[in-house]
Amino acid sequence: MNEEIQNQHFEKSLATYVAGFILSVTLTLVAYYMVVDRVWSLTPWTIAGSIAGIALVQFVVQLFFFMHLRVKTKPRWRFVVFFFMILVVLILVGGSIWIMASLNGRMVMTPDQVNQYMNDQVGL
Amino acid sequence: MTDCVLFATLFAVYAVLHVNTFTGPAGWQIFDLPNVLIETLILLTSSFACGLGVIALHNKSKFGVMLWFGVTFALGLIFLGFELNEFAGLIAAGDSWQTSAFLSAFFTLVGTHGLHIVIGLVWIGVMIGQVAWEGLTEGVTRRLTLLSLFWHFLDVIWIFIFTIVYLFGSLRI
Repeated sequence: MNEEIQNQHFEKSLATYVAGFILSVTLTLVAYYMVVDRVWSLTPWTIAGSIAGIALVQFVVQLFFFMHLRVKTKPRWRFVVFFFMILVVLILVGGSIWIMASLNGRMVMTPDQVNQYMNDQVGL
Repeated sequence: MTDCVLFATLFAVYAVLHVNTFTGPAGWQIFDLPNVLIETLILLTSSFACGLGVIALHNKSKFGVMLWFGVTFALGLIFLGFELNEFAGLIAAGDSWQTSAFLSAFFTLVGTHGLHIVIGLVWIGVMIGQVAWEGLTEGVTRRLTLLSLFWHFLDVIWIFIFTIVYLFGSLRI
């Protein structure tokens, strides 16, 4: 395990970290000012989509520049495990939002109306 | 990776509950964006300092390692100070996690990240101690590498918190 972490052939040079840092700061500032200054009078959803995209880009930048996760990462399983984690996260978050939104959409009656309905129909 | 799943769950909860503000305030009413920007840049810089520490580690520079991980620690501590300050302000204004589902989800998500930061700080402290005591041995090197991964991971989670909680909240999404 030691050798596997240390024998990876990636550039741990200063340039990598500086580049990653500058990119991350830039992306953060762009996202921040898009929200704060409401740039170009875009609709909130357009801004939201853009900053979500920016966040994902910064995520990849940090992975690549700071955490050195490359396609050729060795040991190979490290890269595969990472994608499995992403899959689990997508299912968890996406699934929860989907299910809860669907449940929410089915709540046509208020709780009082539900009670009333149950009284009338079933005698509960 | 499993830590990511933990945070994914908390994000899912936040996504579902952030509209349930009950009688309390919504996100855009309580978020102090300039403060958050400063927090984000501090954490980002601490991640960079951590990277410099790893470079020092590979150059076998004991002083460099202690210096840069010390800087990481200091910046992490400052970040925590800002965050605790924000929380204290919210609670003092009456907007604690007991007020609404949104606030519960907010405090749990951001609070858990803060707790991870605390653990990271303890780990950095211990590692600086170990470097001072036994030098850059194989075990110490391995643990410092893992620590740097952990610290970068915390910064990544913060990017998502910053975007999804603070920025989306300010857009009233």
